[in-house]
Amino acid sequence: MYNFEFEKPSTIADAVSALGGEDAQALGGGQTLIPTLKQRLAAPSTLVSLGGIPDMQGVCIEDDGSVAIGGATTHATVASEAASNYPALAALAGQIGDPAVRNRGTIGGSLANNDPAACYPAGALASGATIITNTRQIAADDFFEGMFTTALDEGEIITSVNFPVPQAASYQKFLQPASRFALVGVYLARFADGVRVAVTGASEDGVFRWSEAEEALNKEFRQDALTGLNINPANMIGDLHGSKEYRAHLVSVMTKRAIEACM
Amino acid sequence: MPKDSGIGASSKRREDVRFLTGAGNYTDDINVHGQAYVHFLRSDIAHGRIKSIDTSAAEGMPGVVKVFTGKDFEGVGGMPCGWEVTDKHGAPMQEPPHPILAQGKVRHVGDPIAAVVADSLEQARDAAEVIDLDIEELPAVMNMKAAAQDGSTLVHDDLKNNICYDWQLGETDDAKVDEVFANAAHVTTLDLVNNRLVANPMEPRVAVGEYKRGTDEYTLFTTSQNPHVIRLLMCAFVLGLPEHKVCVVAPDVGGGFGTKIFHYAEEAFCTFAAKACNRPVKWTSSRSEAFMSDAHGRDHVSKIELALDADNNFIGLRTNTYANLGAYLSTFSSSVPTWLHGTLMAGNYKTPVIQVNVKAMFTNTVPVDAYRGAGRPEATYQLERVVDKAARELGVDPIALRRQNFVTQFPYDTPVALTYDTGDYNGTMDKLEAAADLAGFAARRAQSEANGKLRGLGVNCYIEACGIAPSNIVGMLGARAGLYDAATVRVNATGSISVMVGAHSHGQGHETAFPQVVADMIGIDESMVEIVHGDTSKIPFGMGTYGSRSLAVCGSAMVKATEKVIEKAKRIAAHLLEASEADIELKDGQFSVAGTDKSVAWGDVTLTAYVPHNYPLEVEPGLEETAFYDPANFTFPAGAYACEVEVDPETGQVTIEAFTAADDFGNIVNPMIVDGQVHGGIGQGIGQALLENCAYDENGQLLSASFMDYAMPRADDVPFYGVDHSSQTPCTHNPLGVKGCGEAGAIGSPPAVVNAVLDALNSGGKAVDHIDMPVSPSRVWAAMNS
Ligand SMILES: Cc1cc2nc3c(=O)[nH]c(=O)nc-3n(C[C@H](O)[C@H](O)[C@H](O)COP(=O)(O)OP(=O)(O)OC[C@H]3O[C@@H](n4cnc5c(N)ncnc54)[C@H](O)[C@@H]3O)c2cc1C
Repeated sequence: MYNFEFEKPSTIADAVSALGGEDAQALGGGQTLIPTLKQRLAAPSTLVSLGGIPDMQGVCIEDDGSVAIGGATTHATVASEAASNYPALAALAGQIGDPAVRNRGTIGGSLANNDPAACYPAGALASGATIITNTRQIAADDFFEGMFTTALDEGEIITSVNFPVPQAASYQKFLQPASRFALVGVYLARFADGVRVAVTGASEDGVFRWSEAEEALNKEFRQDALTGLNINPANMIGDLHGSKEYRAHLVSVMTKRAIEACM
Repeated sequence: MPKDSGIGASSKRREDVRFLTGAGNYTDDINVHGQAYVHFLRSDIAHGRIKSIDTSAAEGMPGVVKVFTGKDFEGVGGMPCGWEVTDKHGAPMQEPPHPILAQGKVRHVGDPIAAVVADSLEQARDAAEVIDLDIEELPAVMNMKAAAQDGSTLVHDDLKNNICYDWQLGETDDAKVDEVFANAAHVTTLDLVNNRLVANPMEPRVAVGEYKRGTDEYTLFTTSQNPHVIRLLMCAFVLGLPEHKVCVVAPDVGGGFGTKIFHYAEEAFCTFAAKACNRPVKWTSSRSEAFMSDAHGRDHVSKIELALDADNNFIGLRTNTYANLGAYLSTFSSSVPTWLHGTLMAGNYKTPVIQVNVKAMFTNTVPVDAYRGAGRPEATYQLERVVDKAARELGVDPIALRRQNFVTQFPYDTPVALTYDTGDYNGTMDKLEAAADLAGFAARRAQSEANGKLRGLGVNCYIEACGIAPSNIVGMLGARAGLYDAATVRVNATGSISVMVGAHSHGQGHETAFPQVVADMIGIDESMVEIVHGDTSKIPFGMGTYGSRSLAVCGSAMVKATEKVIEKAKRIAAHLLEASEADIELKDGQFSVAGTDKSVAWGDVTLTAYVPHNYPLEVEPGLEETAFYDPANFTFPAGAYACEVEVDPETGQVTIEAFTAADDFGNIVNPMIVDGQVHGGIGQGIGQALLENCAYDENGQLLSASFMDYAMPRADDVPFYGVDHSSQTPCTHNPLGVKGCGEAGAIGSPPAVVNAVLDALNSGGKAVDHIDMPVSPSRVWAAMNS
C-alpha cells in the first residue's frame, strides 16, 4: 500500500473535521478498504478510523422499540446484541464472512460500501431503516443508488442506523461458493402495514425491492403467493458463479423460503 | 492390537508441535542480514509484443538497488523442461525458450517483465509503477481446439504451431481400434473437461538468494519439494554455476501439492540478483501473484469412448485429449498428460485394446504442471465417468459392471505400458461395500426424499502408478532426471541416529514416519531417530518428494542404509562378545549371541564404533552408511471410493453426506498419517469436483484470480470420511512392501462425487448424462432445467 497518515478521533465532530482534509477517507473495520489499499487501488492521504468513537458503538433499543446500531458497530456485536430484539437482523450479521471479518467489519462500512453482494443493504432496505449521518437522516429507500454507490456525500459518515422491528423477518442467503457473500440474498420483513422484500447479490443495479412480490404478499401472505411471479433475468448479474437466469430463479426460491420462515 | 511404536503404530506427528505452536521455520521466516527485496512487474495482458521497456525513471527512485529486464538474462539459459516427450511420429516435442524475465513477448497474465530490487518492498513497488512499458497487444490464444488449427495465432513465433506434441500410447493401428468399436455391442461416449486448478498451498512461494563474495558461494532458500533437483536445474541449465558452490535449502514448507516441485524463474532470479546486486535478495509471493505465477494443474478437454461386447465386457477404449500446457513448459509439465496419464487409462480393468491420443497445447495462460495426482486424476476421471455412464445406458449395476471387468491375475501387463505387480480389486471393493454400508443406501435415500432432497450414490475405482520410479524406464520415456532416492544413516556415538534423506517433507509427516521404520529395525525408541531433509549441504543427492514416492523410494534407501549399519554393528558386537558374526542377533536394541545369554546393548556398540579401543582391526571405525535405491517398478496403490450426495432440487446445491474410501496401500507404517493423507486428498478432490475452477475470459484475463472467486473447499464443505485401508497386497519389489498414499484421495474422489450427483439427478427423474466440474449449484440447476 501507499503511505498515509492515520488518525483515530474519539468524537464524531473530530472525525468529520479530519475527513475534511484532502483525500482523507473513513476507515471502519477495514475489511474492504485495507485489501483495496494493499492492492494499491486507492491512495488516501489520511485514514480516519471511526473505531475510537464511543458514540458510534453498540446496539440500543429506542423508546419506540426500534433498534439503533452505532455506525462503527461490528457484525459480531450486532449478531449477539441484537439477537433478542431483532433476531433476523442478528442472524444476518452472524452469517457475514468469517469470525475475523465479523469482529472487524462494521455496519457503517458495509452500508457505505454498498457492495452488490453484501448482506446489510438487504436488511436495511427491507426493514425500512433510517441511515443517520453526521448531517442528516436518509431513508433506506433513498440511500442505495446502485452498485457501490450511495446517497452519502464526500466526507459524510454513517453515525448510526435505526431499524424498525417487523413482526416477522427472515434473511435467506444463498452463498457464492468462493467469497461466501450472497450469490442471492433475500430479506423479507413483515410489518403490520405491509411486507417489504429486498434482494441483494442478484441485480446489476445493486440491492432492490421486489415490489411485485410485496404486492402479492400484501394481498395474502402465503407461501404460494409468488406463483406466476418471475424476476426478469435481463437485469441480473451473470458471472462465473451463476447465470442471470440462475440468479433470477434463486430470487424466487429464496423469497419462498423467507416466506416459509415467517409463517 | 494396534502397536504403540515402530512400523504399524499411529505415532503422533512430532513435527506438528512446532507447526501448531508457531515455531516452524518457513522460508519467509528467513531474513539474511542486508537483504533487499524484489518486486516483479508482471504482464497484465495475456499476449503482447514488447516494443520497449524504459526503466530509467525507476532506477532513480528512492531505495532502488537495481532494475532488471529480460536483457539482463540474455547471457544465461532459460527455465528448462525435465522431460522430453516424443510425439507419435517420432519427433521430439516443440520446446520453446522460457526466459527468466520476458524477452520479446509476454505470454500470459502474470508473465514477469521486469524486476525491481530495492531496500524495501514498498520502494520496489513504487519504482515498478514508473517503468514505462510499450507493449503491443496481440490476440490471446485461449481455446485449445482453435489453437490447434492451422493459421491460429502463435504463442511462440518460432514454433511451427501451438502443438507441443501429438502423442499416442497403446494400439497404434487406428484400423484395429476402429474395428473393435465397429464390432462392439455397445459404445459409450463422453465429452468432458478436467477443470483447471490452482493448488493454493497455505504458504505461498518464497525465495531468498544469498551470495558470499569471499568464498564465491551461493545459498538459495526456497519453498521447494526437491532442493537437489532445483540446484541441478538452476546450476546446469539456467545460470551455469558450479554445483559445489551452490547450496539450496528448503526448510519447513507449508504445503506443496506438486506446485513446489518445479524450478521457477523467481528462484533463479534471486540467486542471480544476489551476486549482481552484491546483496541478498528476497521475494515473497503475494496470494495474487501465486494465482498468476504458480504452475496450475489439470485443464484437459477429452473425449472418451468405451466399447463393450454383448456380455458387457470392456473390449476397447479410445481417448482423445487436448492438454493445456499454458504459455511455457514448466519443469515436468510435458510428462503429466502423457506418461503419468496415458499409462493409467487401463485403470483396474482388463480392457484388451486401448488407444490414448493427447495433443498438448501452448496457450496464453499460466503454465500447467503436476498437481496432486498429476495426470492420474485426469485418467481416472475419464475412465470412471465413462464406465458409470455405460452402466446407466445398459441398465446394469455400476459396481457389478466394474467387478466383471476387473484385472484379477497379477502381475498384469496393461496395453498401455505398465505392469501391475499386485492388487486385489474385488477384495478392496468388498471392503468398500461393507465400510460404506451400501446395503443401507436405499433407506438413506428414502429419508432424503422425505426431506425433499435427491440422494445419489457414486462409486468408482482407481489405480495409480506411484513411487515414481525406475530411472532406466523413465529415462527411456524421456525423463531427463534419475528417479532413485538416497539416505544416509548416521549413528551417533551415544546411539541416537540422524537420517539424512533425499525426500522432502512439506506436511506429509516424514519426520514421524521415517524414524518409526529405523527404530523398528533396530529395536530402539523412535525418539532416538531424527530425520534431516531439505538442505543440499546436509543430505545426499536425492530427488525429493512428489508422486507418492517418499516412503516407497527414499524409505527403501533408508532401509538399505539401516541394514548396512546393522550389519556393521553386528561385526562390532561379535568382536565385543567374542562370538562369530553369524551368531549375532539384534532384537529390542540388544545384540546377543544366539543360544546364549551373552549380549551387548546398541549404545555400547555405537560407542565402541566411535571409541574403538577394543575393536576389530579390519573394520573401519564409525557407524554411518549411505544407500541409493532405484526401484524395479512403479508401485500400484488402488482402491474403491463411495460418495453419497444430496442435491437440493430447487437450487442445485450439492452437499456431500458421506464419503468412504477403501484403499490398498500395501503395508502401512503409520495408519494415522495415512488416514490424514487420504482425508487431505479427498478434500482436494471434493474441491475439484464441487468448487474449484480456474477460469479465464476470452482475452486471457484470469477471472478467478483471488479467493473471492476461486472457491477452495472449507471444513463445512466436506464430511467426516470413512477410511479403510485393511485391504493390503504388499508391493512385491520394495523392502517395506509399501505403495504410497499421498495422491490417492485426489485421484479417486472426483469421479465418485460426480457419479453421485448424476445418480441423484437420474434417480430423481432428471435425465442428465454429464455435468462438467466443478459441479456448482448453477451448473446442476442448468443441467436439471435444460
Ligand atoms: C473474507 C470476507 C468475507 C466477507 N463476507 C461478507 C458477507 O458475507 N456479507 C457481507 O455483507 N459482507 C461481507 N464482507 C464485507 C464485510 O462485511 C465488510 O465489513 C464490509 O464490506 C465493510 O465494512 P468495514 O467496516 O470493514 O469497512 P471498511 O473496509 O473500513 O470501509 C469500506 C468503505 O466504507 C467507508 N466507511 C467505513 N465506515 C464508514 C462509515 N461509518 N460511514 C461512512 N463511510 C464509511 C470507507 O471509507 C470505505 O470506503 C466480507 C469481507 C471479507 C474480507
